Amino acid sequence: MVQFNLPKNSKILKGKYFKDKTGSSNLKVVHVYRWDPTKNENPREDTFEVDLNSCGNKVLDILNKIKNEIDSTLTFRRSCAHGVCGSCAMNVDGINTLSCMKSHKDIKGDLRIFPLPHLKVVKDLVADLSTLYKQYESIEPWLKFKKSTSKKNEISQSKENREKLDGLYECIMCACCSTSCPSYWWNGESYLGPAVLLQAYRWISDSRDEEKKERLKMVADKLKLYRCHTIMNCTSSCPKGLNPAKAIGSIKKMLATS
Amino acid sequence: MSTYKIIDHEYDVLVVGAGGAGLRAAVGLSESGLKTACVSKVFPTRSHTAAAQGGISAALGNAGEDDWRWHMYDTVKGSDWLGDQDCIEYLCKEAPQAVIELEHYGVPFSRTKDGKIYQRAFGGMTKNYGNEPIQRTCAAADRTGHAILHTLYGQALKHKTEFFIEYFALDLLMKNGECKGVLAWNLNDGTIHRFRSHITILATGGYGKIYYSATAAHTCTGDGNGMVLRAGLPLQDMEFVQFHPTGLYGIGCLISEAVRGEGGFLLNSKGERFMEKYAPTAKDLASRDVVSRSMAIEINEGRGIGENKDHLHLHIDHIDPKIIENRLPGISESVETFVHRDVTKEAIPVVPTVHYNMGGIPTNYKAEVLTSNGSEKTVPGLMAIGEAACVSVHGANRLGSNSLIDLVVFGKAAARRATEIVKPNSPHEEISKNETDKSLSRFDKLRNGNGSNKTSELRLSMQKTMQSKCAVFRTEKTLKEGTKEIKKPLVGMDSVCVKDKSLVFNTDLMETLEFDNLIRQAITTMESAFHRKESRGAHAREDFPKRDDENYMKHTLSWHDGKEVKINYRAVNLSTLTNDVQTFPPKERVY
Repeated sequence: MVQFNLPKNSKILKGKYFKDKTGSSNLKVVHVYRWDPTKNENPREDTFEVDLNSCGNKVLDILNKIKNEIDSTLTFRRSCAHGVCGSCAMNVDGINTLSCMKSHKDIKGDLRIFPLPHLKVVKDLVADLSTLYKQYESIEPWLKFKKSTSKKNEISQSKENREKLDGLYECIMCACCSTSCPSYWWNGESYLGPAVLLQAYRWISDSRDEEKKERLKMVADKLKLYRCHTIMNCTSSCPKGLNPAKAIGSIKKMLATS
Repeated sequence: MSTYKIIDHEYDVLVVGAGGAGLRAAVGLSESGLKTACVSKVFPTRSHTAAAQGGISAALGNAGEDDWRWHMYDTVKGSDWLGDQDCIEYLCKEAPQAVIELEHYGVPFSRTKDGKIYQRAFGGMTKNYGNEPIQRTCAAADRTGHAILHTLYGQALKHKTEFFIEYFALDLLMKNGECKGVLAWNLNDGTIHRFRSHITILATGGYGKIYYSATAAHTCTGDGNGMVLRAGLPLQDMEFVQFHPTGLYGIGCLISEAVRGEGGFLLNSKGERFMEKYAPTAKDLASRDVVSRSMAIEINEGRGIGENKDHLHLHIDHIDPKIIENRLPGISESVETFVHRDVTKEAIPVVPTVHYNMGGIPTNYKAEVLTSNGSEKTVPGLMAIGEAACVSVHGANRLGSNSLIDLVVFGKAAARRATEIVKPNSPHEEISKNETDKSLSRFDKLRNGNGSNKTSELRLSMQKTMQSKCAVFRTEKTLKEGTKEIKKPLVGMDSVCVKDKSLVFNTDLMETLEFDNLIRQAITTMESAFHRKESRGAHAREDFPKRDDENYMKHTLSWHDGKEVKINYRAVNLSTLTNDVQTFPPKERVY
């Protein structure tokens, strides 16, 4: 029988255990994925006992506390800490989310933190998003005109037409959706994935854009678009409450009726 | 010192930073055919411009008559007459076209009934030279910065700007007082890169993280300002730190001024609309420094809310939930996420929170960096834009929604000026090995730090000192103590400990390099504040409560040589750029 196993050097080993030194009775046990590309070692799962009496409510607060007080080598991306920049996307307790928005109080028992799944790991919780960024570039995220329009005046857009962009333009490209999508896991190089398709739809839906047809044609591809099998993980994982699955459905519908 | 392999690059122009200003400059440069690189320590859309909420000011007149001269008057008054009027004229006159350009790039602005860009009221923005509030702030709901940042990144992609993402800029490479490029560290593979460029444009943002509680992102560490100080150049007006009136209490998350622009108001524990007392005309829409001070007084006098009477309430629960959903969706989300309150039913707990640095790298209206000694001579090869720069259009206090317009107007101005100066593909000069080695030895020394002081502890000590000694209200006593205390974390750097010795995505080292930038700015901020013995804009001295035009209508310049601070001054430019408008002479500032 065929056996599927991770290669030997990819198996996650049990890592270091950092015992609490504060004597606090309010501890959270936090398991964190660690991997250092400069050392010839397997990835490991370190465990930290974190004193919650002096810690904010969010998972990012825990990570900052570990980095500041326990182990400064812990590596993760973070910036705004308020859910608008999309830097701190990671897998928390099995679900992709922004660590700055996710409350650790919602998670009973131990907390497990991993990088976004199915991406190359750069180090610890930092994953390589370069493919997704290239795919974003490929949908040409800028307004297009057929003929040159006067640059002196505003382009008129009705309130109703502008409302069509709501739920689309808010995407912060954290990649929680794409990296929770099984189709993107298997075909990440060719399938554009929910994050990028949501953005494709944002430009298709902009009444000011004059190349709607060309944009639709560009994504109408069995791999780029039709690898979406409406699994809906994207929509359930979006930390901003957006609905990429619906946007993909809308693109398919437009293609079917055009 | 370890040996580092250096990878060389040559560009006509190098932009450091990929926020709104850096991207706008990069778009203009690439469009004009200059070979342009943009280096950023984060992916462009992670830049802190994304957090700007309420809007971008421009006298478009979509909600009734407006005039860029009125905008200019408001900005001069907002700056408490410390802004340079030639630069403010340029900003306000160029603003409408800059916004229309953004609209053509694809920014999804909210719309009026007749399909025009929606504009809302904002603090200090008035009609006819101070008469009544005006709607001048163009908005994309309450996510204007996000919308602009993502759109500008798209434009930069369109024009094929070459990005170097997750590269941390270490130092300017100078030669005989001219800037010849930048040394940077690629986080993803640990390599060192030397960029040679005819012009380097610093668009590295503010340094809010010198304070403990700030709306600023973790990445707002003013790296360009740090580089400028290390190059022996001065920073300007560092004492002017804006406290945003409405930071979310206990969290620090920004609650946009748009909330008050859409009709929200502040209440104290007695249920009083206290702003009516401090600013009878503008009330809750007075300028930010005025509202923050009023709030601090209410709290200091015991009318704060909560167990510790240390915050106040912002109400929008009287506004139609549909309007809130349409115009303030991001605020509703933040309040729900961070303090679990429903803004349509409950008050928002707020407190003045560090938000913006009016000070920074001194420039003229063409974005060229100015040298010292009060002269108007420029530093060849160096420009600065955005929050990193001190043009100065914001003077002692910035008006809400004037920062986003500052980014795009001066980003564009920098590109325009660079196009005038640089001939595409002209040959580059050699940079002395010495200059590269100097930067690398600092890098190497910090990387190999094996002392007993954690970067996080030094940073915390700096932040607590700034928070307690250089806050909304300042006195000779607190500032004097502050100037002593703030030196301690710098001394602590001598025995700093960096545990991660690797070169790939070493955030332990990066945070230490960022701290090295922050602490120099903290020191110059404290010293500049200590030396300004008057109250002006955001700099409020309890012991000198009045503005003193005779002695202090001047910009503070501050140098830091690694140990000591030197202070000098430069005159404020009161003359306008053209005859389209006359100088607004100083007068009492009442809202």
